[in-house]
Amino acid sequence: MKRRQFVQTLGGAGCAGVLGLGAGCASPRGGRPQVVVVGAGYGGATAAKYVRLWSEGGIDVTLVEPEAQFISCPLSNLVVGGSRSLADITTPYDGLVRHHGVRLVRGRVARIEAERRRVTLVDGAVLAYDRLIVSPGVDFMWETLPGMAGAAAQENVLHAWKAGAQTLALRRQLEAMPDGGVYALSIPLAPYRCPPGPYERACQVAHYFSRAKPRSKVRVFDANEDVTSKGALFKKAWAERYPGIVEYLPGHKAVDVDAGARTLKFEFHDDAKAEVLNVIPDTRAADIAVQSGLATANKRWCEVDFLTFESVAAPDVHVLGDAVQIAPAMPKSGHMANQHGKTCAAAVVALLTGRAPNPAPLYNNVCYSFVSDTDVVHVASVHRYDAAQKTMLPVPGAGGLSGAASALEGRYALAWARNIWADTLA
Amino acid sequence: MKKISFAAVPRLGALLALLGTAGLGAQPLDALQVRSLAASCAACHGTAGVAQPGMASLAGADKAALLQKLRDFKAGNAPATLMPQIAKGHSDAQLEALAGYFSALKPQEARP
Repeated sequence: MKRRQFVQTLGGAGCAGVLGLGAGCASPRGGRPQVVVVGAGYGGATAAKYVRLWSEGGIDVTLVEPEAQFISCPLSNLVVGGSRSLADITTPYDGLVRHHGVRLVRGRVARIEAERRRVTLVDGAVLAYDRLIVSPGVDFMWETLPGMAGAAAQENVLHAWKAGAQTLALRRQLEAMPDGGVYALSIPLAPYRCPPGPYERACQVAHYFSRAKPRSKVRVFDANEDVTSKGALFKKAWAERYPGIVEYLPGHKAVDVDAGARTLKFEFHDDAKAEVLNVIPDTRAADIAVQSGLATANKRWCEVDFLTFESVAAPDVHVLGDAVQIAPAMPKSGHMANQHGKTCAAAVVALLTGRAPNPAPLYNNVCYSFVSDTDVVHVASVHRYDAAQKTMLPVPGAGGLSGAASALEGRYALAWARNIWADTLA
Repeated sequence: MKKISFAAVPRLGALLALLGTAGLGAQPLDALQVRSLAASCAACHGTAGVAQPGMASLAGADKAALLQKLRDFKAGNAPATLMPQIAKGHSDAQLEALAGYFSALKPQEARP
């Protein structure tokens, strides 16, 4: 698009006048363009807000979310560790409605019909769209742990890998555990949601034990051959802050769980029993993405065009966040999902107003991990679109880790949380 | 059929003009690209550069001072926790465009 033409469009000449009806900002079906967003996590809520912002209210956005409030996965390990409450990491959705005019529908999507450009909710309601943004998060691959089938097993052995009721339930199990007990954490093979999250959790539980139950142990059974993120920093924290409490066991891939006996079973190692057993199963794109044929990579993750986040499998359907088949060195994080949301929103507004999407997206990832109740380490990276490889790649020479854990970064981490919650929801 | 009205037009138009003369090299960034680039800062520095407490607001910053700060981060002349690592991922033209963009925004109180 020519610059002069672009300025005229912005100048209020209107889409019809400048671009012609077919490429204008009306819905191809007539009326205002309709965007439906599935899932109000870091990705979906951000996309919904920014489509409204960047279309100056010209595109209608309907956001479908089953939960009543936003509960942050980042910082939820502090609730497990006991230094924060669930209320501290909970934000209402009403800012999106009041400040941005997002139409919020509490519900769950049962079916996506891409060829008819509509979604049907579990309650039967039908929403038509011009563009659909699916940001459904992850679901668990319970089939890889036969003993975890059924509600009883899943109530006894928690994942707490979606913040909310399970986070509190895990905290209660730790509080009820007698001193001298063992908390065991099972980590799946990468890729999974939030690479440093399990190791941060080990720190938080160890911090709690060091204060309240000093004879207790944290045993970390990692399917990976080494710590997948911030390895040296976490190992230093375990050795120096929690000596004799944390035991790290790499190469321990759990293949089954005896939930009644709270015992982990491994491919190559002896069983391990614990008083509190916390199993993070393998994750994949959430059910709605898999059922809709969007999970094109091993029926597990959703491949997208990183310029627009449009699915490779379904036109006019965009997929964001943890459900996406990641680009090299791109973590499945809330911060990254927020960046996906804005990149996708810009592309959706461009496509619905007859402009070309940004050909060169560039954005960062920032991830803070608490190694105690106050001290924090970070990992940061910058990612840019590579036109030749058609993917996002980390920018060489950029990014890095904290030199050491610090309370200063602890304050930054809390400020990061306040800011990203506001950027996503307020 | 309804038009999309772009209330932010004068600002974007001005920015566009600014960028056109800013000497950004062979591939100048257009205004929407700069807006997207700036939005990547928002997770920490707030939507439209208006930050929540504990992080620096960028909206309405002095352009020269902000650009110098970003250049210092990139060059390793301003010790900090992660901004040097982020700044190194940006070209000089991108840093200049960001400084121009944020300085043109109105400083505001963040919504509580």
